[in-house]
Amino acid sequence: MKFKTALASATILAACMFGSASAADLTIGFSQIGSESGWRAAETTLTKQQAEKRGIDLKFADAQQKQENQIKAIRSFIAQGVDAILIAPVVATGWDEVLTEAKDAEIPVILLDRTVDSSKDLYLTAVTSDLVHEGNVAGKWLVDTVAGKPCNVVELQGTTGSSPAIDRKKGFEEALKGHDNLKIIRSQTGDFTRTKGKEVMESFLKAEDGGKNICALYAHNDDMAVGAIQAIKEAGLKPGTDILVVSIDAVPDIFQAMAAGEANATVELTPDMAGPALDALEAYLKDKTEPPKWIQTESKLYTQADDPQKVYEAKKGLGY
Amino acid sequence: MNQKYLPLIATILIFIVSYAMCALQYPNMLSTRVIGNLLTDNAFLGIAAVGMTFVILSGGIDLSIGSVIAFTGIFLAVMLETTSIHPLLAFVLALLITTAFGAIMGAIIHYLEMPAFIVTLAGMFLARGMAFVLSIDSIPVRHEFYGTLKSFYYKLPGGGRITLIGGLMLLVFAVGIIIAQRTRFGTNVYALGGGPQTAALMGVPVARTTILIYALSGFLAGLSGIVYSLYTSAGYSLATVGVELDAIAAVVIGGTLLTGGAGFVGGTLIGVLIQGLIQTYITFDGSLSSWWTKILIGALLFAFILMQKGILFVSRRGRSYA
Repeated sequence: MKFKTALASATILAACMFGSASAADLTIGFSQIGSESGWRAAETTLTKQQAEKRGIDLKFADAQQKQENQIKAIRSFIAQGVDAILIAPVVATGWDEVLTEAKDAEIPVILLDRTVDSSKDLYLTAVTSDLVHEGNVAGKWLVDTVAGKPCNVVELQGTTGSSPAIDRKKGFEEALKGHDNLKIIRSQTGDFTRTKGKEVMESFLKAEDGGKNICALYAHNDDMAVGAIQAIKEAGLKPGTDILVVSIDAVPDIFQAMAAGEANATVELTPDMAGPALDALEAYLKDKTEPPKWIQTESKLYTQADDPQKVYEAKKGLGY
Repeated sequence: MNQKYLPLIATILIFIVSYAMCALQYPNMLSTRVIGNLLTDNAFLGIAAVGMTFVILSGGIDLSIGSVIAFTGIFLAVMLETTSIHPLLAFVLALLITTAFGAIMGAIIHYLEMPAFIVTLAGMFLARGMAFVLSIDSIPVRHEFYGTLKSFYYKLPGGGRITLIGGLMLLVFAVGIIIAQRTRFGTNVYALGGGPQTAALMGVPVARTTILIYALSGFLAGLSGIVYSLYTSAGYSLATVGVELDAIAAVVIGGTLLTGGAGFVGGTLIGVLIQGLIQTYITFDGSLSSWWTKILIGALLFAFILMQKGILFVSRRGRSYA
């Protein structure tokens, strides 16, 4: 062990001396918020996989949902002299000082999946998804699928006032604009949870003539959709056929539902934020290519035609 | 050698040995940057832990400090956002509120003869609740005075910095040591920790001392809140959850007897630095789960409690033969 450590330090020392900046001897610090949701666990897993694939030595620090732990971790990364830092910031405020220190030490910082309110020159780029665009993709799919036929849509919103709920609603409504055959007849919050999604869907079904009046469901996340599918089945209707189901996130369970024909489409919020981030970083370290300040991740649409069972198998090992 | 120094010496030895082991594996750990970071990153914890040391020395406990720190942070952020008062004035207001808060808790503990655990637990909920009432969002502080305060730092060779808040923590520890060792109040705190009845018989003003102890703890929690506010330039009502427990751990690892009456303010500094060192090591390693910090602190705490019991046992036996 000691010998190994000595060998490793000697290698690092040698690498520093010869100063070749090839990807093989990159050390990157990653300060993650925590592991509060399945999606975040998948993000961590994918970041580790991406680093391993590229031969990057990844220093991982779980902040246990605390900003002070994140700041400490970033300072330690700077003290270690890492080549770059990835942060998924727990809150938007309070990063100026530590980001300035990283800048002074000439260590590029990349934000993952959330942004901060600091000045833009304190970080290299931010990799996030566009929530409005996600809603838009879901809306476009529905517009194309019903193809001009009249259709009453019910909407399960996320937690009231949260930015995904506001933006996913906005994007969906934008997509429906100008298509008068599609009408959102009911819209209520299901709090992003399965149980609330089921409850609210039950009340929708009761209010709309046992569901005969509803042609499609749009849920702001997959969990609510999975709950709603249960409610539709209990009301004696066929989800996916009698009522079309489209939602956002692309968690493994919705692919199972799609494989069973009970859900129709989902828009992926990719947990692979590290891939584009590391691409941008490697380009920057190689020849100082400045990436754009915001890298938007792809909001990919999955339908029943995309072999949902296979996607499910691929996703279930990621820690969702 | 006097046995009362044993836990302190053990703490210092553990710190030096573990630092040396970390440095052997990661030579970068010796850089002035890491040393500067240890002071800056733990400043708020250290300042609050000084107050906690006095409370524990007197045989009490203060569970409210984490919430008081968060309250102070959000109070400052809201004041500076909605009014145009100078931050220094806001600091004074915050310190007045938190000191009074501590004093009231002290008064309740003494006059109503309630356990400190329950009273400060109520204080913890109250302060956290008040923080949420002020704002549930995280509010940035953009006053230029904050920038001025942050620009005061002493640059060490090698890129490390002794920041204002890191320096303030060292100053608070120095003042704390003087108060504990060289003033009448300090002596009274130790006497109270030996037992309130004995202390009263010895002529210690128990009521005044109890109120002063919790007022001091409230004041230092407020100061720690100011430091935290400078540290993040923001107020957030969910911040510093559980800091009181880290502070208690630092005090006990620092060699203070949990039952009160024996210990040193200086040991608490080492206790805080040991916690910081463990966290730094885990980040340097980069593959260990960060929860190992908690496991190691837990193991250290347990070892220290066992050691305290052992010393008590040995010293009692020694006395009976004398």
